Amino acid sequence: MSFRSIGRSIANPLSAFALLCVGMFAASALQLVAFSAHAAEELEIEIKIKDHKFDPAAIKLQAGQRAKLIVKNLDPTPEEFESNDIGFEKIIAGNSEATFRVKPLEPGTYIFFGEFHMDTALGHILVE
Amino acid sequence: MLAALVIIFREVLEAGLIIGVVLAASRGVPGRNSAVTLGILAGIVGSAIVALFATRITDAFDGRGQELFVAGILLFAVVMLAWHVVWMAEHAREMTRELRQLSSDVVAGKQSLFALAAAVAIAVMREGSEVVLFMTGIIMQGKDTAGELLFGSAIGLLLGAVVSLALYLGLAAIPLKRMFSVTGVLVTLLAAGLAASAVQQLSNAGFIEVLDTKIWDTSWLLSQDSWIGRVLHVLIGYMDRPTGLQIIAYAVTACTIFALAYWRGSPKPAQSSLSA
Repeated sequence: MSFRSIGRSIANPLSAFALLCVGMFAASALQLVAFSAHAAEELEIEIKIKDHKFDPAAIKLQAGQRAKLIVKNLDPTPEEFESNDIGFEKIIAGNSEATFRVKPLEPGTYIFFGEFHMDTALGHILVE
Repeated sequence: MLAALVIIFREVLEAGLIIGVVLAASRGVPGRNSAVTLGILAGIVGSAIVALFATRITDAFDGRGQELFVAGILLFAVVMLAWHVVWMAEHAREMTRELRQLSSDVVAGKQSLFALAAAVAIAVMREGSEVVLFMTGIIMQGKDTAGELLFGSAIGLLLGAVVSLALYLGLAAIPLKRMFSVTGVLVTLLAAGLAASAVQQLSNAGFIEVLDTKIWDTSWLLSQDSWIGRVLHVLIGYMDRPTGLQIIAYAVTACTIFALAYWRGSPKPAQSSLSA
């Protein structure tokens, strides 16, 4: 169980894979530095859920801005607050609230929705 | 009714795919059926408990309890699946070397069975708690009549089970000689995907604030919302917009399990002397 035997057993494809990881790491670090250059402090935004609708349903953010969404579910029924564009998925029980941290985003439209009531619970974040 | 059908189908499918892979990966392990059944039952009980304490879990740790909780159970599942893959790799070698050791392997197998049951329980609990909450919501609303709701859910459950079964049968159709290599790789990638999901949860909660911007975007090619995207997300951890840290978590998990399995076992798959 020496390190040498481990090293020997990790074949070439694995080291290539590791190199790939290092490359990714470097690329993402660069991206992070580029972003944090103009990332301001966290902006707090409150969203209410009432009758399975978001209020406000449209939110504007600056590119690279970190934000904190406080989603208050005023309905008695639970809701799953979800955004595939941002990568959220969280259940908010009835009459309670949850916090979401929005990482710095590139310009574009990011849709969020309530998975339990897809027909009415729809909203988006516009990043400029 | 349709809402219930779609949501139940999706959740059952997500848990069912994992169960299908785990079942295929443990063919020939004595007692695996009861282990998986036990895991499913434990997962259902766990779902109800999680749903009951949903608000408390969310409010814990300064409103970051849910992410922490999910990340925790996901990482536990990763360890369990890794354990299973490595054990199967070892087991396969022993099987090829000497079949008579089977009786002593059964004892070792029991250890791996716990991992199996735990992984299944977590998969069911994660999806099941959403189902329970969704159902309570619908019942509270009283939009659908109870009969329609039950009908929609039953159809959803059935569809999810059928697709999961199809996956299992597809995997089970692979000749036994090659099957353990295939399922071993599949379970490894499944675990890697769960590790990446755990990282995303921790990042969303603000516990990790490095490398949290997306590296690429393939949602135009294959969206994670699409059915294929979803299935691939569950099975091999496909991400359409991964962050740097998610990619690293995925790669590190996959590399670690592959290396352990390679080093502890032999790359040779088991001979086809196992009973299915």
